[in-house]
Amino acid sequence: MTMAGTFLDSTELVLNMGPQHPSTHGVLRVILKLDGERVLGTECVIGYLHRGVEKIAENRTYAMFAPYVDRMDYVAAVSNGLGYCLAVEKLLNAEATPRAQAVRVILTELNRIGSHLLWLGTHALDIGAITPLFYCMREREYTLNIFEKYCGARLTTHAFRIGGLQYETYDGFEKDVLEFCDMFLPKVDEYEELLTGNRIWIERLTNVGILNAADCKDYGVTGPMLRAAGVKWDIRKALPYSGYEKYDFEIPTRENGDTYDRYIVRMQEMRQSVRILRQAVADIPAGPIMAKVPKVIKPPVGEAYVSIEAPKGELGYYIVSDGSTQPWRVRVRPPSFVNLQALDKMARGALVADVVAIIGTTDIVLGEVDR
Amino acid sequence: MMGLLRKIFLADLFQGLRVTFRTQNPKNIVTEQYPAERPKVAERYRGAPRLNINPENGQTLCIACDLCALACPETLIVVGWERNPETKRKDLVTFTYDTSRCMFCGLCEDACPVDALELTQDFELASYSREGAIFDRQTLEEGIKPTKYRF
Repeated sequence: MTMAGTFLDSTELVLNMGPQHPSTHGVLRVILKLDGERVLGTECVIGYLHRGVEKIAENRTYAMFAPYVDRMDYVAAVSNGLGYCLAVEKLLNAEATPRAQAVRVILTELNRIGSHLLWLGTHALDIGAITPLFYCMREREYTLNIFEKYCGARLTTHAFRIGGLQYETYDGFEKDVLEFCDMFLPKVDEYEELLTGNRIWIERLTNVGILNAADCKDYGVTGPMLRAAGVKWDIRKALPYSGYEKYDFEIPTRENGDTYDRYIVRMQEMRQSVRILRQAVADIPAGPIMAKVPKVIKPPVGEAYVSIEAPKGELGYYIVSDGSTQPWRVRVRPPSFVNLQALDKMARGALVADVVAIIGTTDIVLGEVDR
Repeated sequence: MMGLLRKIFLADLFQGLRVTFRTQNPKNIVTEQYPAERPKVAERYRGAPRLNINPENGQTLCIACDLCALACPETLIVVGWERNPETKRKDLVTFTYDTSRCMFCGLCEDACPVDALELTQDFELASYSREGAIFDRQTLEEGIKPTKYRF
């Protein structure tokens, strides 16, 4: 047999998936190399949503840049704002007041639930379960309403300011959050009833896109994907920020590191978030909401890196200050971007239909990947 | 054995269907019929900008201090003023607010020292032309007039 062979041998097919594919969660383009239904390799093409956020930061003052970070991971805008504010506060050597910290924790945990709900809905939709999407959106609306009542915006919130908060909590804030907690836990049971035991769901997800702990560490994968591989790593516990050390919660982990385990980990994380919410709402300390920071923020020369546990993984902000009112350099370590690197490792050898499940389970937001 | 029975009688399927049918009650409908049914936005909602006027004398509250223009990340506010020779104060002449570039972050209303500039609860900002998104002083003071539809 010569290498030329017949046309039957030339089974390799290069296929474009995206950027307009509905289950790439935005504008991700994946070039798939296929042998029949098997994936031989993938290549991601990113940058369709690049807006140069890091460069914009160099031409804005510290306070002005805060609304832009909301536009990176627009599903979890509050977490982005928290990370940025913490990084600038570290540069300024300031710390938010206890009241501000408690409110920050409440809002970021609500946002974590909202982000996970959107992930669950779209991930299930990708795989073929349409019902959970409607239910998830319905519950997410409650968190968005709390944001809207608190700071006046639903998605790109700009809720936090450097040094604390701009807005005092509204009347009935605690009641709203507690009502949400009471309402939400039975709903998680409902989702689990729909999906966790469902035979189609289990067979579709188990042993798909396995990424073990060693690979996770090699690729720098963080967040629920790392925890699903059995590594107990959560920045909220490992390097507590914004008063997370005060709250009692667990880090859910699983062993296999497949798509089903990531689903379970995220479901349990939502339950743990409710636990944190209840504790945080129970005692929001009284006092001022803004620490003593100068009106014109002019940090001393230096650099600071702060990472927080965003819903998708470790979100880091590295800011270099040259002593002026504008940052010299802002570098963002987005969790989605780093987690997306592992796509090739997970998809290699899988079937084409599984690629959709694997992209979904990575929980990427292209606004954050491209920045 | 239990597992096999569950498999034959499609227990997991009916479990899921139970959830679906539990929410069939018309009481549980959460969808808003938007143009017919007006949504109630929050008090702090950051929508269309407004330039407040003093209700007592109809004068603008704006003191033309330019702080909102300086606070704006997109530099979309342009404040035109001239010095009043009698009072030696700045008088507001023009005020342009380009909502096509606005991201409604609220930094301008935070910066305003006299609560003249405010982001209101109006959320219908669509216009037929790009020029329509640029609000002049008159639009800012009187508010936008969204098209009304009959239902």
